[in-house]
Amino acid sequence: MGFELFSPAFVLLIAAVLICLVKGHARTAVVLIAPLITLWAIWQVPDGVQGTIKFLSYNIEPVEGSPLRRLFATIFAMMVFVGGLYSFRIARWYELAAAFAYAAGAIGVCFAGDLITLFLYWEMMAIFSTIVVWCGGTPGAKAAGIRYAIMHLLGGVVLKVGIEGVVVGTGSIQIQPILATDFSTWMILIGILINAAAPPVSAWLADAYPESTPTGSVFLSAFTTKTAVLALILLFPGEPMLIGIGLFMVVYGIIFALLENDVRRILAYSVVNQVGFMVVAVGIGTEMALNGATAHAFAHIIYKALLFMSAGVVIYRTGKNKCMELGGLFRTMPLTCICGIIGALAISSFPLTSGFTTKSMISQAAVDGNLVWVYMILTAASAGVFLHAGIKFPWFVFFQKDSGLRPKDAPWNMGLAMVIFASLCILLGVFPEVLYALLPYPVDYEPYSIGKVLFYLQLLLFSGLAFFVLLPLMKRTMTISLDTDWFWRRAAVLLFKIAERALGSIGKLIAVQRTRLQNLLHQIVVRYLGQPHTADSQERAVFARSWPVGTTALWIAALLSAYVLMYYL
Amino acid sequence: MNDEKQLHWLVRPSTIRKLWIGSSIVLTLMVLAQTVIYVKGYFGFDAWFGFGAVFGFVSCLIMVLVAKLLGLVLKRPMDYYDEPQDKQSPDASHDNIKESNNGV
Repeated sequence: MGFELFSPAFVLLIAAVLICLVKGHARTAVVLIAPLITLWAIWQVPDGVQGTIKFLSYNIEPVEGSPLRRLFATIFAMMVFVGGLYSFRIARWYELAAAFAYAAGAIGVCFAGDLITLFLYWEMMAIFSTIVVWCGGTPGAKAAGIRYAIMHLLGGVVLKVGIEGVVVGTGSIQIQPILATDFSTWMILIGILINAAAPPVSAWLADAYPESTPTGSVFLSAFTTKTAVLALILLFPGEPMLIGIGLFMVVYGIIFALLENDVRRILAYSVVNQVGFMVVAVGIGTEMALNGATAHAFAHIIYKALLFMSAGVVIYRTGKNKCMELGGLFRTMPLTCICGIIGALAISSFPLTSGFTTKSMISQAAVDGNLVWVYMILTAASAGVFLHAGIKFPWFVFFQKDSGLRPKDAPWNMGLAMVIFASLCILLGVFPEVLYALLPYPVDYEPYSIGKVLFYLQLLLFSGLAFFVLLPLMKRTMTISLDTDWFWRRAAVLLFKIAERALGSIGKLIAVQRTRLQNLLHQIVVRYLGQPHTADSQERAVFARSWPVGTTALWIAALLSAYVLMYYL
Repeated sequence: MNDEKQLHWLVRPSTIRKLWIGSSIVLTLMVLAQTVIYVKGYFGFDAWFGFGAVFGFVSCLIMVLVAKLLGLVLKRPMDYYDEPQDKQSPDASHDNIKESNNGV
C-alpha cells in the first residue's frame, strides 16, 4: 500500500497538530508551507477511486479524484494559504490549528469517494468550525458558537439518517447523482442544505460568522457553504427543487443585507445570496450550469474572503464593526479600501472581475434552459448584489461621513494577503480561460461580448444610481433584524419557560396534595395506632393501648368459636 | 467655505458636484450607447432600448422598499436577544425604533 489512500487532507491535519506543538517562526513556517504541500498533494491525485479499505461490510474509498473535486480542493488549499498569511501574526495558535483542521475537513470532503468518508469529514468540519467561532472570545461568540454547533450537529444527524437509509435501501455507499424521491434521499438533501445555509435555517450563518475574530471569519466564509455546494453538485445535479430554494436564498440575502448595520453581517448575508446563485445552478443541472456553479464557487471564495479580510482589517484597526460608527476610512487605509472595492466589484460581477466571468455562466445556463423567470430574478439579483455588497459595504465603511477615525492601514502580511486575492479577482476576470480550462466539463462560452458588457454596465451603474438616490431610505440604525433564528432564540426559550412554569405549578400542586395526604395518614395512624409510646396508656389509641390478658383470651375464644362454626356450616 | 481646503480633496463639495455631473454623463452615455451597440436579447423584451438601465434601477428600488417595509416589522434593538438582567437602556440613536424590547 503506497500513498494512494493518503488524502491531501492529512497534510493539513498534521499541520494543525504541529501548530499546537511548535512556536514562533517554526509555527509561521508550518502555517505557510503546509497549504502549499497540500496544493501539491491535491494535484497528485489522479482521476478515479484510489483504492478501497474494508470497514465492516463496506468498501470505504477515502480518496477519489476528479477535475471537479480537485478544483474545489485547490481553491480550499489556496484559501488556507492566503488565510494563514493574513492571520498568522494576530490569530491565536488554537484558532489557527482549528482553522487548519476545519480546512482539512473541507478538503477531505472534496476527495471523499463514499458517503461514510464524506460524513466523517463533514462532522470534522462542524466541530472545528465551531471552535473557530468560539475563538471570538466574547460571551456573544460563546452563545453563537453553541447555536452554530447545535445547528450543524443536527444537520449531521439528518445527513446520517439519510445515508443510513440509502445504504439500507440500495446497499451502496457510492457518491453518485440521485434525486430527492424518498425519505432517505430527502434527509441527505436537507442535511446538505443546512450547511448551505438554505431556508428556513439560513440564519445560522449571519448569526455565527460575525461573532468570530476578524481572522476567523475569513476562514469561516470559505469552507462550510462551498463544501455543501460541492456535495450538491456530486449528489443532486438537476434536482428541480434547488432552483426555487436557490432563488429564495438569492433574494433573502439581499433584503437582509440591506437591513443590516454590522459590517461583517452584511457580508455574511451576501454569502447566502451568492451560494443561492450556485444552488440555482445545481438545480438547473446542465453542464453549463454545473460549470457555472463550480466556477462561481471558485471565484466566490476568493472575493468573499477578500471582502472579509478588508472588513477584518478595519475591525482589527478600529475595534468597531457597525456601519454607523465607521466611515471616511479611505484617508488612512487606502490599500484596504482599494482591495475592498475590488472585492465588492467582483461580487457584483462587474466586467473585468472574476464575478462577471463566472456568474454570467449561471445566467447563460438559465437562458439555455429557457427559464425566463429564473433569468430575470438572477439578473435583478445581480443588480441587488451591487446595491447591498458592491456599493453599500465600501460606501459605509470607507466613505460616507467622516467618522473621525484615522486608523493605520493593514499590517504587511494582511495587506499582502489582500493583494494576492485582489489580483486573482482581476486575473480571473481578464483571463477567464485559466479557470475555464480546469472546469469539470468542456467550456464553450464566451463571457465578453460587447452587447452583454453594455447590458451589465447599464444594469449595474443604474443600480449604483439607485443606491445614491435612495440613500435617505437606507439610513443605518443600531438594530438587528429578526430572522428565523427568532424561533430558536426566543420562541423556543419562551416555550421552555412556559413549560417550566407549568411543570413548576404542577409540582407545587402535587407537593400540597402530598402534604395533605401525609397529614391525613398521620391522623389515621394516630387514631388507631396511637401516640408515641411515652404517652399515658389511657391517651393511646385503640390499637396502641395495653389491654388486659383476659380481654385478649376472650377475643381469641370468640374467633375460634366463629371458626368452628364456619367449619361446620 | 473657508475650510474647503482642509478637507480631503475627495470629499470637498466641489469634487462631489463634479462626481455627480461626471456620473450623470457616464450613465447617459451608457444608455445612448445602445443606439450604436446591439444588445442581444434572449427573450425579446430584454433587448429593448435601455432595458438594462430601467430594470436595474427598478429592481433596486423594489428591493430597497421591500427591505424598508420588512424593517418596520423585523428590526429590533441590538440587545433584543440579551438576557433580561443585563439589558441596558437603549442608545439615543434608536429614534425610529419603537420601544419593543419585549415585543414578542
